[in-house]
Amino acid sequence: MNGRQEYNAHFNTKWNDKWSAGSYVHVNQRTQKFDKNADSFLDVPISKQINVLNRWQYTDATKGWVGFASLRFLDDKKQTGSINFDPETHRDTRAFWGSEIETQRVDASLKIGYVFPDTPYQSFGFQSAYSNHDQDSYFGLRRYDIKHKSFFTNLLFNSIISNTKNKFKTGINFSFDEYNEGVDLVDYQRRDEVIGAFFEYSYDSLEKLNITAGIRLDSHNRLGTFVTPRVHLRYNPWERSVLRASVGSGRKVANIFAENQKLFGTNRLIQLVENGGSVYGLRPEKAWNYGLSFRQGFTLFQKQGDVTVDFYRTQFEDQVVVDWEQASHIRFYNLEGSSYANSFQLELDYVPFRNTALRLAYKNYQVKTTYGTQTLQKPLQPGERFFANFEYKFENEEKGSQWKADMTYHFVGEQRLPSNSRDGVGYSSERYGLLSMQITRVFSKQFEVYLGGENLGNYKQLNPIVGAEDPFGSTFDTSLVYAPIFGKMFYAGLRFKLNNIKK
Amino acid sequence: MKKIIILLIALLPVIGFAQKAKKDIQKTSFEVNGVCGMCKARIEKQAFTVKGVKSATWDISSHQFSVIYDASKTSLLNIHEEIASVGHDTPLATAPDEVYNSLHMCCMYERESKE
Repeated sequence: MNGRQEYNAHFNTKWNDKWSAGSYVHVNQRTQKFDKNADSFLDVPISKQINVLNRWQYTDATKGWVGFASLRFLDDKKQTGSINFDPETHRDTRAFWGSEIETQRVDASLKIGYVFPDTPYQSFGFQSAYSNHDQDSYFGLRRYDIKHKSFFTNLLFNSIISNTKNKFKTGINFSFDEYNEGVDLVDYQRRDEVIGAFFEYSYDSLEKLNITAGIRLDSHNRLGTFVTPRVHLRYNPWERSVLRASVGSGRKVANIFAENQKLFGTNRLIQLVENGGSVYGLRPEKAWNYGLSFRQGFTLFQKQGDVTVDFYRTQFEDQVVVDWEQASHIRFYNLEGSSYANSFQLELDYVPFRNTALRLAYKNYQVKTTYGTQTLQKPLQPGERFFANFEYKFENEEKGSQWKADMTYHFVGEQRLPSNSRDGVGYSSERYGLLSMQITRVFSKQFEVYLGGENLGNYKQLNPIVGAEDPFGSTFDTSLVYAPIFGKMFYAGLRFKLNNIKK
Repeated sequence: MKKIIILLIALLPVIGFAQKAKKDIQKTSFEVNGVCGMCKARIEKQAFTVKGVKSATWDISSHQFSVIYDASKTSLLNIHEEIASVGHDTPLATAPDEVYNSLHMCCMYERESKE
C-alpha cells in the first residue's frame, strides 16, 4: 500500500426532455509519510485534493438549439521535502528543506450551438471559457507564485459551397490572459490579448479523398499580426487502409517558469539571456509541424487487426531553449542553431482469441536542440519506449457477473541526464521495464471490485535526489528523476452505481 | 487589428449568400435500392452531379436516401432519374438493365419483380 485514498461520486439528473445536469465530486488524499530509500526526503508528496464539477445541458432537437455550461472548482495542497519538515516552524529556515504548493482554480465554460432545422448543413457555434488559476508555493528558500486569469471566446459559422462535398467553417475569436508571477525575488506581470479570424475549407470526394485547408489571421499584442496555414489530407488508397498527412505552422508564447516548475526544486541559478523580445525579454516560439500516418486493417487466422505507422516532425524556427547543461544553472535563451522533435510510432492492435485484446506499440522520439555549441537529446527524454497491453474478459457466467483481467508492460529506454554531482558528465540512465496488472470482478451492473498492482518488477531509482545531504547547497536538485522512486505498489477499489435520481 | 476587421467584412457576404432563397430549399427522403458502401458512394456521388442538390445521404441499413435540394434549380423526379441511371432503382425510376447488370458483384441488390 502507499497510503492514498480516493473518493469519486457522480450524480446525473434529467429534469425534462430538454434539460439535464450532472455533478461530479473527486477527493483524494495521502497523509502517510514514506521514506523507504532512507534519504530523509519524502518518497511521494503528502497531498489533499478536492475537485467539484457541475454540468448543465440543454437540447431542443426540433428547433436546432443545444447548449452546455460547466463550472469547476479545484483545491489542491501538496507538501514535499524532508521527512522532518514542519511548515509551521521550518518554513523560511535552513533547519529542514521543505516545500508546499497550494493551488485553487475555477473554470467556467459556456457553449451554444444552433443548427438550421431546414438546412442542417448550416450551423452557428458560440464558445466561451474563463479560468482563474491561483498558485502559491515555496521550495526551500525559493518561491514561485502565479495568478493566471484567462478568457477565451469564439463564434463559428459552418456551411457549404454548392453541396456538402464542399464545406467551410469560418469564425472569429478573442482571448486574453493576465499573468502575475513571483519568481524568487522578482515579480513579472503580463497581459496578452489576441483577436483573430479563420477560414477553413474541406473537400470530400465521398470515396477516397478528404482535404481540409485552413488559414488563420491573428493579431497578438506581443507576437504581432501573423498568418498560420494548415492542411490535412486523408486518403484511402485501397481497402481497409487510411493514409493521413498534415502540415501546419504555429506560434507560441513560452511561459518559461510555469512550464518548467521543477526548476524550483533545485538550487540552480536562473539565467535569462534577454534579447529585447516581448516575453521575459525573449522572442516567442515559431515552428512548423508535419505529420504522416498510415493504417492498414488485416485479418489473420480469422481475427481482425490493425497496424498503424505514424511519423511527426516539429521543426523550430525560433524557440526558447531551456538549458540544464551547466551544473547548478538553468539558462533560458532563444534558439541559435537547429531544433526539432521527430516522433515515430508503430502500433499493432489484434484480437488473438475471442474476448481478448492485444495492443503493442513502439515509440521513438528524437528531440534534439542546440545547447550552446552542442546538439543534444532533450534531457530525461527517453529515445525509445515500448508498450504492451493484454486484456482478457472471461465468459459471462450468471447474468451481469464477470471477471476481467488486464496486464500492461512498459519499457523505457535510456534517458540522457545533464551533468550533475551524482552522475557526472555524459551519463544516461539505464533502460527499465514496468509491469502492472489489474483484476476486476463485476458482480452486477451496480457493483464492481478491483485489485491491482503496479511496478511489479519493483524497479526503483535508488538516489533520486542529487545533493540530498546538503539541501541548501548549490548542487541540490530534485528534478533529475528518471525512474519510479516507489517500488511495487498495490491498490484495491470498489465501484458502486446508484440508480439515477429522477426529477 | 485593421486586417482582422477587413477580413470580417470580406466574410459577411459569404454568410449572407448562404442564407438566400430559403423558400426554394426542399428536404425529403425516399427509398433507394442498394447493398453496400460502394453503392453508397455511387448513389451519393451521382446525386451531387445534379445542380441544386445541397446534401445527399444514403443509409446502408435502412436504404433511405435523404436529400436537400433547391427546387428552383432541379426537380425531385430528376434526382430519382439520375440515381437510377447509375444502376439503383427508386420508387419513381428504374435503372436500365444493362447498367444494373454491370454493377459490382457485391452491389447486386435484389430487384423488385418487373412484370
